Amino acid sequence: MFEEAPRNSGAIPPPRASQGPRIGAGARSLLIAATSTVVFFAAVALVVGNSPGWEDFRRSFFDWAIFSASAEDILPKFWVNVRLFLIAEALILVLGLVLAVMRSLPGPVLFPVRLLATIYVDLFRAVPGILVIFMLGLGVPALRLPGVPNDPFFWGVVVLTLLYSAYVSEVYRAGIESVHPSQAAAARSLGMSQAQALRYVVLPQAVRRVIPPLLNDFIGLQKDTVLVSFIGVVDIFRQSQIEQYASFNFTPYLVTALVFLALTIPLARFTDWMVARERNRRGSSVARRGSRRGRIFGIRA
Amino acid sequence: MRQFRALPAIAVLALLAACSTSGSSSPSDTAQSAAPSGSEVAAACQPDSLETKTAGRLTIATDNPAYSPYWEPPAEGDPTEGWDLGDPYSKRGFESAVAWAIAGELGFADDDVDFIAVPFDTSFAPGEKAFDFYLAQVSYTPERAQQVDMSEGYYYSNQALVANAGTPITDVTSMADLASYKLGAQVGTTAYQYITDVIQPDQEAAVYNSNDAAIEALNGGQIDGIVVDLPTAYFITAVQMDNGVVVGQFPPSEEQGQEYFSLVLEKDSPLTDCVNQAITSLRDSGQLDDITQEWMSENTDVPVLE
Repeated sequence: MFEEAPRNSGAIPPPRASQGPRIGAGARSLLIAATSTVVFFAAVALVVGNSPGWEDFRRSFFDWAIFSASAEDILPKFWVNVRLFLIAEALILVLGLVLAVMRSLPGPVLFPVRLLATIYVDLFRAVPGILVIFMLGLGVPALRLPGVPNDPFFWGVVVLTLLYSAYVSEVYRAGIESVHPSQAAAARSLGMSQAQALRYVVLPQAVRRVIPPLLNDFIGLQKDTVLVSFIGVVDIFRQSQIEQYASFNFTPYLVTALVFLALTIPLARFTDWMVARERNRRGSSVARRGSRRGRIFGIRA
Repeated sequence: MRQFRALPAIAVLALLAACSTSGSSSPSDTAQSAAPSGSEVAAACQPDSLETKTAGRLTIATDNPAYSPYWEPPAEGDPTEGWDLGDPYSKRGFESAVAWAIAGELGFADDDVDFIAVPFDTSFAPGEKAFDFYLAQVSYTPERAQQVDMSEGYYYSNQALVANAGTPITDVTSMADLASYKLGAQVGTTAYQYITDVIQPDQEAAVYNSNDAAIEALNGGQIDGIVVDLPTAYFITAVQMDNGVVVGQFPPSEEQGQEYFSLVLEKDSPLTDCVNQAITSLRDSGQLDDITQEWMSENTDVPVLE
């Protein structure tokens, strides 16, 4: 391998500095990417397709008849997940921000506030979601306290909000800490109060910077909505599982996978685009060279 | 208590007797030609000639934890390492007794039988299986039999309704009375299918990973009743619930016909024929009846909700 390396690299001209036609470089990298992609996937298809168990595998995971029959039952259940993650995300964005601000408050008097927020974040990031969903979704209704709802959907929203606001608060906090202290100092010197400085100077910058990681957590949340299936709600995942056990075939999960893909891929590309835009806006010269027109899958577009 | 259950006939014992003669959906033709003499099956099914996973040894799988009354812990002493509730090596419990009887019928000495724990999902995953056969209350369905080999039935049971004593649902006398109640079941069970296909209540059935979770939801008032197979109904009302009662049992679904538990084997397994012969032989000799009576508390007093 190592001996061949120099010979191989000889076929490709060494990377040029910024002189030379840019379009040529773009076309070349596109061509190389396309070739290597085709070769890679052809090799994978060849190896997998010729494996001794391929027919078994195909029958268990790609059974078209089961796919179409189960899709009919599975797709309507996605509405449960959509309602869950839309309601929960709205609550998470608010609660996460409140927690992050609580942790960022200065001064010895506010130590208990910081302590509480820190305990909350540590706790809900560490505890497995399954325990929380069982404890709140099944355990709390079993207490039979008057006035406490026992609707599993309600508890699904509560649990997702508790779990994800802990993650999201850390994202916000990273954003808040990325704003240089001189910004807040300048705001204070203009006569703003601490709260005003936070509200009008620090947070707007912080939140804008963390939108990509927030979207990342949002995608995670979408998939974690299946937690609600543990407390009795028949959502898209549970319906797939029901179809799986009825047929002893794993194809129904493929339906669920495609639904999530159709949702998360546009979101992921949107996130990439936002990252590129943010990078450009912040004017890093290194970044600007590579991403003047944005990048798709890491290839210049 | 597990995944898949049999829906069933009205009087289970009567049915078991009927099955030894024929049983509409339990073809016993395979073994007819073998003409088992005594408790032995065909010569091709002896340990020396059987293509088991480990030559000369029989590997049987079930889920872990394995639940009563299907798998019981040893009468005294600690269970075998790795088995927490039911211990297959104890030979106690209905399915444990069935598994050992089949092994004996095939001619395996006790020392030549191994048990491994296999999660339900893995039992029907594609590819080579780690076990010779798997038994964990898996109900036969034609769809399932396309993915794996499923043996003849070794148990027939009704679905039953479990609730907390004193709740309104305990007053129902027919299936139609259940329309307004919220019912729950374990995922993957034919009990769940029975709710959606036969009982068809107004509210969507709740589905849980385990009966434990369903019981918790019942205690929290999130559901009014749980549908499980009758032996499991007896078990959970006696052991797992403080206040549980078996409200009634259900007749078999007309569409699906008689349901029964089958062994799961690899698709086109060389053992399937021999295992079927062994089950038929056990049934004909009355041994299966004896095992059933020993471990499955049957109670025909439970009213039928039609």
